Amino acid sequence: MINPFEIIETINMIDKENLDVRTITMGISLKSCAGGDIDVVCGKVYKKITTLAKDLVKVGEDIETQFGIPIINKRISVTPVAALVDALDEPTAEKAVMIAKTLDRAAKTVGVNFIGGYSALVHKDYTNGERILIESIPEALASTDLVCSSVNVGSTRAGINMDAVKQMGDVVKKAAELTRDTQGFACAKLVVFCNAVEDNPFMAGAFHGEGEGECVINVGVSGPGVVKCALETVKDADFGVVAETVKKTAFKITRMGQLVAQEASKRLGVPFGIVDLSLAPTPAVGDSVAYILEEMGLEKCGAHGTTAALALLNDAVKKGGVMASGYVGGLSGAFIPVSEDAGMISAAKEGALTIEKLEAMTCVCSVGLDMIVIPGDTPAATISAIIADEAAIGMVNSKTTAVRIIPAPGKKEGDVVEFGGLLGTGPVMPVKTYSSAEFIARGGRIPAPLQSLKN
Amino acid sequence: MKAVVTVVGKDKKGIIARVSGVLFENDINILDISQTIMQDMFTMIMLVDLESSELAVKQLTDKLHIIEKDMDLSIHVQREEIFDSMHRI
Repeated sequence: MINPFEIIETINMIDKENLDVRTITMGISLKSCAGGDIDVVCGKVYKKITTLAKDLVKVGEDIETQFGIPIINKRISVTPVAALVDALDEPTAEKAVMIAKTLDRAAKTVGVNFIGGYSALVHKDYTNGERILIESIPEALASTDLVCSSVNVGSTRAGINMDAVKQMGDVVKKAAELTRDTQGFACAKLVVFCNAVEDNPFMAGAFHGEGEGECVINVGVSGPGVVKCALETVKDADFGVVAETVKKTAFKITRMGQLVAQEASKRLGVPFGIVDLSLAPTPAVGDSVAYILEEMGLEKCGAHGTTAALALLNDAVKKGGVMASGYVGGLSGAFIPVSEDAGMISAAKEGALTIEKLEAMTCVCSVGLDMIVIPGDTPAATISAIIADEAAIGMVNSKTTAVRIIPAPGKKEGDVVEFGGLLGTGPVMPVKTYSSAEFIARGGRIPAPLQSLKN
Repeated sequence: MKAVVTVVGKDKKGIIARVSGVLFENDINILDISQTIMQDMFTMIMLVDLESSELAVKQLTDKLHIIEKDMDLSIHVQREEIFDSMHRI
């Protein structure tokens, strides 16, 4: 029989340390739904999603009960919708929004929490459909509840499409304005990527990539609270011990994710894709990535040393997790969404954590500037410039970076915005007031960087 | 299918009797049992076989939750594989 201490350790992780499977995400290809007639396309999209995902939520709940593991979200990701828009006869933004509404309806029918893939990959240039889809994003997000959108504006191999960067500044502003009554909530469902991955199960950036099959199950694990509690047992130990402790904990968390992924795949009759080894925080006390960094000895997240602490954490999570799962993918690393992390919220409120420090942290962690609320009067060009900086970090370092930023209408520095639920509370963080407008107005493309002479 | 039943709480009379009573009434065989005091708490771990029972994990959990409330305990029923996968390479 299994050692009683191990059983109690697992139960404590779940009961007291917020261990959970963050998401089971079903990836569905919509390639077979493409066509010229918008009504036919919407009909096919609805039918395909509601057929393939009809048991997703029930299977998730059954696994949750039988294994005693909380599974927080069940989600769907689909082929970037821009491909469907491209195939339409006389595509328009209105028709694109009709597809968004169909996705929303399908997601509600099957009972999932979110559906991602209202997306376009334009890291080199736009097709007509991609241009139309991007124009329609504010309206699509404002008129749906569960649809998430993402746009890839750069990659290490293609460089950065600065026309798209410029446009995304406007899109983010417009999305915020259209959802003024919910403090710009649409922006919480919109991510701008560099080097987007095709099998990410996490929202808002999930989409079912070009190289994926017909249908797949991807699982995202979580567990910042478990890592923090494990580190409490090695106070004052050196970094070798810290890294080893994180690795061991990540291994256990990932094995749980692997088990859930295999079980869900078997029960749904859908191939297992990947486990995403991310440490995803929630606003719940004790489920914070910032607290892990503080446990390593920093007075407050954002203090000097935070980047180094995060680098160690991110690397150790991967090293521990990789051996625990047959197929690792997605974003895999530590997330630092400000409004979703109790420790980050507190650090940002006190001014310990600034956007500049967060930008530095994104060089060594999983994704990017995530769930950051900025003043509502921030110009679109400044938002574009923030996106450009972040995309440059991703492009040069061959990693995924992203920007999910909310210019909350009518809010200024010092205000606090409540999104509720997993999206949490966002203190409005100051941005530089110097203009980037002429820089952004240039447009064109930043060439792909050298992959040698790396210094 | 095998499941692990874990009971944690303040020690008092009748915990084993009531939990094993529910198992017996529902035709569930206890394969292994260990009981100890861990961090001042009564801790009992049972490995049970659900093959011959008509109860699914969910229904067994619901039945044990009545005892959990009555006796102020924490009771979990989980399929065995979770512990194997987390703690064994």
